[in-house]
Amino acid sequence: MTQSAQKNPAQSEAVEHGHADKIGPDPNYNFAYLDEQTKRMIRRAILKAVAIPGYQVPFASREMPMPYGWGTGGVQVTASILGPDDVLKVIDQGADDTTNAVSIRQFFVRTAAVETTEHTEEASIIQTRHRIPEKPLSEDQILVYQVPIPEPLRFLEPRESETRKMHALGEYGLMHVKLYEDIATHGHIATTYAYPVKVNSHYIMDPSPTPKFDNPKMHRMPALQLFGAGREKRIYAIPPHTAVYSLDFEDHPFEIQQWEQSCELCGAENTFLDEVVTDDRGGRMFVCSDSDHCNRKREAAE
Amino acid sequence: MIGTDSQTSGRGAEGIAVTNVGFDNPVLQSQAMYRVLLSAMSRPGHIVPCELLLEVPASLAQTTAAAALTLLDFDTPLWLDPAAAAQQALVDYLRFHCGCPIVEAHGHAAFAIITDPCKMPSLDAFPEGSDEYPDKSATLLIQVERLDDSRGVVLRGPGIENKQTIQGKGLPGGFWQQVQENHARFPKGVDIVLCAEDRIAALPRTTQVEV
Amino acid sequence: MYVAVKGGEAAINEAHKLLAEERRGDLAVPELSTAQIEEQLSLSVDRVMTEGSLYDRKLAALAIKQARGDLIEAIFLIRAYRTTLPRFGYSAAVDTAKMGIRRRISATFKDIPGGQVLGPTFDYTHRLLDFKLAAEEGDEGETSGSDFAELPDGVAQLDDSMPRVVDLLKHEGLIEEERPGEKPESIGDLTREPMNFPVDRDVRLQNLARGDEGFLLALGYSTQRGYGRSHPFAGEIRLGEVAVEFVPEDLGFPIEIGEVTLSECQMVNQFKGSTEAPPQFTRGYGLSFGHCERKVMAMALVDRALKGRELGEVVDSPAQDEEFVMEHSDNIQASGFVEHLKLPHYVDFQSELELVRKMRRERREADLGEKDPQAVEAAE
Repeated sequence: MTQSAQKNPAQSEAVEHGHADKIGPDPNYNFAYLDEQTKRMIRRAILKAVAIPGYQVPFASREMPMPYGWGTGGVQVTASILGPDDVLKVIDQGADDTTNAVSIRQFFVRTAAVETTEHTEEASIIQTRHRIPEKPLSEDQILVYQVPIPEPLRFLEPRESETRKMHALGEYGLMHVKLYEDIATHGHIATTYAYPVKVNSHYIMDPSPTPKFDNPKMHRMPALQLFGAGREKRIYAIPPHTAVYSLDFEDHPFEIQQWEQSCELCGAENTFLDEVVTDDRGGRMFVCSDSDHCNRKREAAE
Repeated sequence: MIGTDSQTSGRGAEGIAVTNVGFDNPVLQSQAMYRVLLSAMSRPGHIVPCELLLEVPASLAQTTAAAALTLLDFDTPLWLDPAAAAQQALVDYLRFHCGCPIVEAHGHAAFAIITDPCKMPSLDAFPEGSDEYPDKSATLLIQVERLDDSRGVVLRGPGIENKQTIQGKGLPGGFWQQVQENHARFPKGVDIVLCAEDRIAALPRTTQVEV
Repeated sequence: MYVAVKGGEAAINEAHKLLAEERRGDLAVPELSTAQIEEQLSLSVDRVMTEGSLYDRKLAALAIKQARGDLIEAIFLIRAYRTTLPRFGYSAAVDTAKMGIRRRISATFKDIPGGQVLGPTFDYTHRLLDFKLAAEEGDEGETSGSDFAELPDGVAQLDDSMPRVVDLLKHEGLIEEERPGEKPESIGDLTREPMNFPVDRDVRLQNLARGDEGFLLALGYSTQRGYGRSHPFAGEIRLGEVAVEFVPEDLGFPIEIGEVTLSECQMVNQFKGSTEAPPQFTRGYGLSFGHCERKVMAMALVDRALKGRELGEVVDSPAQDEEFVMEHSDNIQASGFVEHLKLPHYVDFQSELELVRKMRRERREADLGEKDPQAVEAAE
């Protein structure tokens, strides 16, 4: 039991009062698992992240009861902002029913007794791995990304001491050289996910391994976007209505993926599609990666 | 306003209610107050109401106290302006409820509480961070008599869709010029929370002011 | 009809049931108790405590049982539990010079004040499987009394004074000075604040102490093979019990709150000197909970290698590279990230698939175009 939980016998009463119709959070842990001192530390880091859009704020990431690389950063961010009146949606690869999304959702139901939803517009907080929902988000929502490697320059320069200097000096030549080498070799930029963006005309930022298809959704998004990297101990943010541009060149403008097919389940023509292999003779079909969007479209059609 | 025994707000972060000297339910009330602060910091100049029922020492606003209870602890050196530092009850309150070290020099502060803005040091006197670590900078809680976002100076920047107006009663002359200069130092700079009795607004360093 | 691979709650719950069954194994075989693990798999317990950063033999034994003997999984359980524990304060620094010695050897001097104490070690065992251990299972009189060392007498014969061997070199000024930090609060803690490079030695040693034994072993070995060579000698390795003291705020003087078993290794390394420092010996330090001798020796080698920067040595080997070593030493971070590749990545893979197809199409068209410019149009 954590210190804070012991200190606050009032907590369980309050929860019962507010939600007499549902079971309260696991009494063995503090609300949303993290102790209050940790939450304060993370909350302060988030405020600085919002004040310096795209800058990676170091934070004392805690060891969570789930493996590093499986969403510990996103989980810590969500746990630090989550309240009993929030409605939480968790997606992985765009879908609510993937195993890790289910596991993280269960974690918050258990530790915070929070209401959950699969409907994008009903959620006040959406935690995601690798996708941004197809449905545009509103000012009342917060999107929390799970981030494996927060440093956009990491694969060009593995040393933190060096990349920190590059950000400080705005020396992003290395990134442009890399992208330009792509063009020289392949005729176009060969980066399809974790495609680097420039935030508020200042920092280059890794949007997490979302497909570049989702990059334009980040630009001037009305919702607050928070990014948590637990293993790498970084938090960063994009405030609402902030300019987010995908890096490109005048003669090679940024473009997103397009499919010749439309979703075979709902018929959507402008969504990110997953390719599903249906047999071992080359058979395949394309379906929406955003399971909520696809289900709703099919329901509406019926 | 939300009653003292009801749940504090998550979504929308439009209200919070507290009795007693500190939070009577620190876990949930600090969460609710945090969402108020996060909402304000995400939308510079936008006023977020928060009606509170804290019993706080004289000359400490409800909102300032709630923000302190939410954000401060033994890891955050706090600087108090002379007007606040002169009041033992206020010092004791913050020491007892937040456990934060109180520092003499504003150059060492992670947070500052300013109760008499007309006599405050200039914004660039507080830690602004470095180019490598711009987050190692101060957050100022500045108390104002009134906040109104229907008129006043025009703000632009991240978090603001087009433009935002704001007016704060009790701010010193030249304050908005300083806020603009604070922006010019980006990514270095301080971040400000304006605390009126029942509402707050924030001015992160991204905020540009059309003076 | 297409059926998406639905993970779902049901699958996860069933997986957990299967796991529980596998953990227990054949019900005809008696269940292993945590007390048995604590007593008889004590070196596993020691490793889990060391890399889990929590001195609690019972919890470590439980973690090993729950993890089915997977020590990294057990370390993970301990780490996750440790995070939720409140902190009451910092103990005073333990004094290993006042250790109740069970083992103490030095490779640098034939005899040392207090003497060499071989203690419990595999060192001179012949690595021959002892089939008696299998045959005697379940037999309460497993080992006859005469096989045990006569400990009471042995302990009585040890000197009270067991100065650290490396301290003996200090008198001649032959070894670099090392000074402890001013006060406990100023010592860094990487579990409470992120590492910023370059890091100080306190955080480095903490990182190495928590680091994966296998990783440090390989790095330490690499320094011996010339990748950042430092000519090491095992100045001293000691094992034993040390008192832990705490100064309560209201008392103002230290009280003993318990004792811990520690392994300590001090490596002595040749150093030719630099423009600032005269020729002298330098040190590498290793410390662990319990008996983790291989770990502390490897740790001491790596600690010494990482001093390269401050000693003005050429830093060009993996073990000397602070960021490389410290960012990759933690087996919980490493296994999490390696194993996260099990999670679905089909969105990113789809993006790459689309790109590779596009690039192949372009290449094909380009090849065709070179042979016959008109063929491209025809192909399109």
